[in-house]
Amino acid sequence: MKLTGAQALIKSLEMEGVDVMFGLPGGCILPAYDPLLESKIRHILVRHEQGAGHMAEGYAHVTGRPGVAMVTSGPAATNIVTPLCDAYMDSIPIVVITGQVSRPMIGTDGFQECDTVGITRPVTKHNELILDPDDIPRLVHEAFYIATTGRPGPVLLDLPKDVLQAEIDWYWPDSIDLPGYKPTVKGHPRMIKEAARLITESRRPVLYVGGGILKSHAAEALRALADLTGIPVVTTLMARGAFPDDHPLCLGMPGMHGNFTAVTSMQHADLLIALGARFDDRVTGRVGAFAPDAQIIHVDVDPAELGKIRRPDVPIVGDCKSVIEDLVAALVALGGAEVQADRSEWIAQLHRWQEEYPLVYGDVEEGGALKPQMVIETLRDACPDDTIVASGVGQHQMWASQYWKFNHPYTWVNSGGLGTMGFAVPASIGAKVGRPDKMVWAVDGDGCFQMTAQELVTASTEHIPVKIAILNNSYLGMVRQWQEMFYEERYSEVYLSPDLPDYVKWAEAMGCAGFRVDTPEDVAPTIEKANSINDRPVVIDFRTDSSEKVFPMVAAGASNDDVLTAPGVQPGLELRRSTKER
Amino acid sequence: MATHPTRGHHTLTVLVENKAGVLARVAGLFSRRGYNIESLAVAPSDDERFSRITIVVDAESAPIEQITKQLFKLISVVKISELEPGNSVERELMLATIKANAETRGRVIELVGVFEGKIIDVGSDALTVMLAGQPTKLDDFEDLLRPYGIGDIQRTGRVALARLERNTPHLRAVKGKVG
Repeated sequence: MKLTGAQALIKSLEMEGVDVMFGLPGGCILPAYDPLLESKIRHILVRHEQGAGHMAEGYAHVTGRPGVAMVTSGPAATNIVTPLCDAYMDSIPIVVITGQVSRPMIGTDGFQECDTVGITRPVTKHNELILDPDDIPRLVHEAFYIATTGRPGPVLLDLPKDVLQAEIDWYWPDSIDLPGYKPTVKGHPRMIKEAARLITESRRPVLYVGGGILKSHAAEALRALADLTGIPVVTTLMARGAFPDDHPLCLGMPGMHGNFTAVTSMQHADLLIALGARFDDRVTGRVGAFAPDAQIIHVDVDPAELGKIRRPDVPIVGDCKSVIEDLVAALVALGGAEVQADRSEWIAQLHRWQEEYPLVYGDVEEGGALKPQMVIETLRDACPDDTIVASGVGQHQMWASQYWKFNHPYTWVNSGGLGTMGFAVPASIGAKVGRPDKMVWAVDGDGCFQMTAQELVTASTEHIPVKIAILNNSYLGMVRQWQEMFYEERYSEVYLSPDLPDYVKWAEAMGCAGFRVDTPEDVAPTIEKANSINDRPVVIDFRTDSSEKVFPMVAAGASNDDVLTAPGVQPGLELRRSTKER
Repeated sequence: MATHPTRGHHTLTVLVENKAGVLARVAGLFSRRGYNIESLAVAPSDDERFSRITIVVDAESAPIEQITKQLFKLISVVKISELEPGNSVERELMLATIKANAETRGRVIELVGVFEGKIIDVGSDALTVMLAGQPTKLDDFEDLLRPYGIGDIQRTGRVALARLERNTPHLRAVKGKVG
């Protein structure tokens, strides 16, 4: 069967099971948009290419299937660099197709030409400029394989216009031949045995779980491990939902804005079992002072993560799910729950900390602005338990992670590693496309919202009823917090104005329902109204207290023992002193 | 003059897919992660699907384990071996133009002879010489030529292979007796 390169491309995507793609056409990618008219793949026309990339990420976050975006060459390719980097940092499987100028034009600075593979090389797991039309089916097949296996990540295929126009004999490769790519799945049995021994003997262990749990579909396996051993679990920003917040062993989020117990449990642990986590600086604080008494078992599918930041005592390369299942079997072989060391004092200690240092925020003063934490708690209580929450980056992100109760995997969509402001709106749209059966809320900041809000036009046009809660404090809030705390309240370029733009009018102009909430009494009724609207997107402008700061906080470069639960309050320091005396 | 690798360096031979852009991937990874390349040589291998890159890296810039692990994450990298200095053979090639008038020509030629180099071009007042050998030998040669006046000089990166395993006939004989 003869096909054009463009037809072969679309057919290859169909062969990979792609049901939806996000994109925006242009000169060089034009040939690929023609066969789309006959394809059963749904194409969602975005308003900016960055939106296409983040939508593909949001889709991948909640479905576990690779998100697909297709854009043209030059400026379209550079516009999608941010989502590629975001997906690379957070190990999100996406496949991005870009157009390129025709082969004879490459290197001549042609119209809308840029060195896309050169620009995206450091922010993709792999990329290819397809110069031979016959390679299209094979390279598409490989792209999906690379994006979704091992440590997942973004893959980019760059297709010159004349390659799309050329004719090929259609084929579909029945195997993958990548001599340089053989991800390890099974963990080393000897290492797993050693890990089981360490776990069984440890008196103050903590399961430190990261996004790898979700990538490897290991939430159930993790639950079995925690239940068998009775070991408490901290879930990093990327792992919220990987272990239910309602579970008695769940300590919640550790790190710079983690709760006191999660942060301090790691500082006092004698064993950290790191599963699909990468000792990010936002989790460890000053590395030299992180979990000083702990031995480390580190499980990761990416061998380069083992020993990158902290040398593990037991390194295990492998897929989290497979390794955890083998670990559970090894623990059972040693005697299972009966032979675990006595941890009653440790668990009691953690409970005391939880009671003594819960997350707190102040009451609204008479006539004062809303407390953002209260808005999130009210939203949480008004939504189904399995609601998907997307967020941008900043204070609102931290409050969402702290105050939401994540009880199901794949319900939290956010930009962790790259910290991409503007992620929430397009990511929530992608998430809703992937899971139309679920309620999807984006918790956004006013700064973030202004970066990508135009994608709500896409959502309205395509009937994707996402809901956006803007915590509008009229500031770049996180920057404001740092300027207040570390720059002597010298506020430089952080004020945004609460009324410019008018968010309600803007929402309505984009085909959404728009509301504004100023008083605590209006919070719940407005959310209820928003939840009842399903024929278009909804935007609520919550006017929140701009002086509110995110606590607890570990200042950048400080030790996790220095965690501030409130301004000037550092209960961890006293604990460290008494440990030393012991 | 460039300082040449001696201590505190590692030699990696990296088998890569023989495709466009692979060298850029490897070089890009080194700059992105802040690793220093001391020298680099690329050549086709015996299998036309693969090329061999020999990289000498500065061991101070990052742990070699981290460098090899990051390199291995590149899809186009097929195999990496680290060559320990005691357990490998390493060679580098140098071409140099040396000023050599009637008076000094004899001494330069003598030096080339001592080092088992070759004279590959002769001009009216200069010679182009070639020397292949261990990098330290090339350093010595360069030092001794300098007083005569070096015009142009070019050195390749080093190439290296692991030493072959050897079973000497003697050892086999002993084994045979005991067994």
